[in-house]
Amino acid sequence: MGLANLSATLLEISFIAYLIATAFFGGAVKGAKSEASYKKNRWGSIAIIITIIGFLTHVGYFIARWMAGGHAPVSNMFEFTTAFGMMLVGAFILIYFLYRTPSLGLFALPIAILIIAYASMFPKEVTPLIPALQSHWLTIHVITAALGESILAISAVAGLIYLMKNIDMTKKSKQRFWIEFVMFVIVIVIGFVLSSSAFKLAGYEAAFDYVDKNDKPASIVYNYPPLFGMNESVAKSPDTMKPWVNLPAILNGKVLTTFVWSLFVGSILYLLLRLLFRRSIAAVVQPLVRKANSQLMDEIGYRSVLIGFPVFTLGALIFAMIWAHEAWSRFWGWDPKEVWALITWLFYAAFLHLRLSRGWEGKKSAWLAVIGFIIIMFNLIFVNFILAGLHSYAK
Amino acid sequence: MSKIKCQCGHENPFGTILCEACGRPLTEEAEKSQVVDMRYEGSARRSQTYNKSIVDKVWNFFSSVKVGVSIIIAVLATSAIGTIFPQKLYAPVSSVNATDAEYLAYYEKTYHIFGTLYYKLGFYDMYNSWWFKVLIGMLGTSIIIASIDRVVPLYKSLKKQRTKRHASFMKRQRIFGEGKALDSEATLDKAEAALKEMKYNVKKEDGAILAEKNRFSRWGPYVNHTGLIIFLFGVLLRGIPGFYVDETMWIREGELRNITGAPGYFIKSNDFILETYTKDEANAVYGEALDRNGPIVKNFQTDVTLFKEKEGSLPGSEDLEYVKDYSIVVNKPLKFDGYNVFQMDYRLSELKSMKMQLIEKSSGNSYGEFTIDLDDPKGTYELNDGAKVELLEYYADYDGIKDGEPVSKSPIPNNPAFIFKMSTPDKPEGEKSFVAIQQTLETEENAYKVKFVSADTRDISGFTIRKDKTLYILLLGGIIFMIGVIQGSYWNHRRIWIQKGADQQLLVAAHTNKNWFSLKKELDKLNDAAKLPEYVDRQDKETKEEPEEGAES
Repeated sequence: MGLANLSATLLEISFIAYLIATAFFGGAVKGAKSEASYKKNRWGSIAIIITIIGFLTHVGYFIARWMAGGHAPVSNMFEFTTAFGMMLVGAFILIYFLYRTPSLGLFALPIAILIIAYASMFPKEVTPLIPALQSHWLTIHVITAALGESILAISAVAGLIYLMKNIDMTKKSKQRFWIEFVMFVIVIVIGFVLSSSAFKLAGYEAAFDYVDKNDKPASIVYNYPPLFGMNESVAKSPDTMKPWVNLPAILNGKVLTTFVWSLFVGSILYLLLRLLFRRSIAAVVQPLVRKANSQLMDEIGYRSVLIGFPVFTLGALIFAMIWAHEAWSRFWGWDPKEVWALITWLFYAAFLHLRLSRGWEGKKSAWLAVIGFIIIMFNLIFVNFILAGLHSYAK
Repeated sequence: MSKIKCQCGHENPFGTILCEACGRPLTEEAEKSQVVDMRYEGSARRSQTYNKSIVDKVWNFFSSVKVGVSIIIAVLATSAIGTIFPQKLYAPVSSVNATDAEYLAYYEKTYHIFGTLYYKLGFYDMYNSWWFKVLIGMLGTSIIIASIDRVVPLYKSLKKQRTKRHASFMKRQRIFGEGKALDSEATLDKAEAALKEMKYNVKKEDGAILAEKNRFSRWGPYVNHTGLIIFLFGVLLRGIPGFYVDETMWIREGELRNITGAPGYFIKSNDFILETYTKDEANAVYGEALDRNGPIVKNFQTDVTLFKEKEGSLPGSEDLEYVKDYSIVVNKPLKFDGYNVFQMDYRLSELKSMKMQLIEKSSGNSYGEFTIDLDDPKGTYELNDGAKVELLEYYADYDGIKDGEPVSKSPIPNNPAFIFKMSTPDKPEGEKSFVAIQQTLETEENAYKVKFVSADTRDISGFTIRKDKTLYILLLGGIIFMIGVIQGSYWNHRRIWIQKGADQQLLVAAHTNKNWFSLKKELDKLNDAAKLPEYVDRQDKETKEEPEEGAES
């Protein structure tokens, strides 16, 4: 058990390191008097060193857990998402040394922190591999795909910075609305982490028996007070809240309950923030990007798609097909996860064509990068929980 | 069509925007522009030149990137629709050869009105629908035509480009600088040395330098498109018989069967094994997961022996020759002669045989036991003292009595039931009895009964048999795609032009197909070494006003 505990501790250290590094990147952006100087700013140097330390402990977590479990720690939702966060930080470090941009760190790290926090809401125990996953392709396919996705995610971070800087927050516009919506979604994710942690700390559990969509009996445990019950659910635990309504079998009451709670807590948080600042969140964040160079952010956004796209193709499509052929006897089966990997790939292919041939640069390109990240997250979260297919080991 | 003769003397194909040789703008539009559009080098593309015949129109339609991206988005959007509800393939419909009505019933029952709609619109099997195939076909056509439309003129104009460009070309580049040099000849020499240092191919003639690197990256898109076309071609081939076998079969432990889809090959199942993880296994770290989830399967395995029909033997003669023993495990299919046999499914504990005994009800005395082989139920079982049991009827999957007759819903022994005729010395005419699991029916009170003693079971393995000759074509397409996409993404085609103008004036211009930041870094290095005139990036509006991050270095 020593290694498993060690890996958990290392992950905590990384989490804290990223938090501290974010603060230092903030200092680098804020502290620099002349913009030209902030590249060599001492705050920035300290920030990147702390980031690297955090990244190394994160890699340490990964290796220790690998040794403890006997397989690459990418086999369930917690492990995959944590690894994705790790690679996001790795990709950021790479881009940082190419372009020396503290502003990027100020946004990439909080997103990585949020991803790790999100990951740790899922069961963290080391799970043995079911037969379908017992293959070296698990390691190869998942790690390459996650790496590609994390590099693509950097382009969304750069896009976000570009948009923050170039959207006029003083005038009402569609773009101002949507950038604020992106902020709102981020606050909702924080709402999920907060509410989930709170109920977990309180040890809340409500168990139910229900009938699944194939008319088979099943049971489920809620970690939130149940708002929506499963199909024909019957409570097993006494003294828990009675669901408002039982949903039909095709809808998952547990997922919807979690979603509504997160939305509820997130919205309250959002309203509090709005009351506190008396401005939109985007307007509050905007001063942090003043020193970012738009042309450079556009370039980073494009470059990271160029770097990430081949990696993603290799990991999420080619390796995936080879493994699917080995494990399921067909290289392509139109399983929802496969289809969404293809959709992600087609989307970035469209991005590249629009940019190369139709000159979509600047805001258009930045929005596309943000949408690309949303598709990746959709595939990670939504497809796993709603469109369950062969890939839903994560549940 | 006539050629366009440029002032420099070069003859350009009709439709050229920038002279292939010197770069002079040849159209009014190009002449007016501040920064000239350098995509495809301003070469004459068929799609931009002709628009008369129907062929032109089709060509122009498919060569448009706008159309191409629209097709991509259409494939993307329709693919997404197909994931809303399970596809036909994954729909848990009971029988393998389910009828359309059964599918409709499933979607209707599970997803109500949305399911009906999903079915009626054909989304339940949309990846096989004609319109989805048409979309993919259009995508393929677009890839081919758009690539040819661009790669040929691009290749020609990059080949024909002259070292010395016209000043009007230089001035219309995104990166441009001009200024006086003290000694322009010496500056050019220094620049040449510095450029060579940075691994540029440098051509120098007539007071002009053309430095170029990584031109091959311009071919990346066309290489990766070739890969995609090969891939799509491979997918197309699967429709041809013989290229592709996809079958399933079930086999019971102990059974020898010919392999579905692989004529001449036979397989015998020796054992099916299902293992779950136990807590005291080496890896105690799994304990927590096992507590939470319950048992987790560790292994599905069928131990098999592969046989082949002896050469020259008559088909169906079952004169077999041993090939090999193998354990088929998930992720480790049995491979032979281009076929793969995959462990896909299983059923545990199917009844194989049932042991019964005949007893006298009053005394409980037994006349002995007999075993019914459910695969091959025999007519009569002889017992001790001249007693015998005759099996009159056998229902493998007894499903109640309909119209006064017992019925079986399938030939699989899920719920066997029998009608026996029991003959004993004192009842030689025999008594009839209907026996099912935990149930005995008698027409009139019998003195004897057949009692269940024990049963033997066996497991069944479900295999998928595949042969796919197209795999290597698909793999080749994938490899070529990867080469092309890497070639195009990880290298950039850069060019720097330097030339002498009138009275010690020096002109500098630069172009890259992407990653301008790195190009500028190289230009800065060049300027340090050779003291060239300062350049301007006409697209970066911010660096001029306020130096920002990344600006210096």
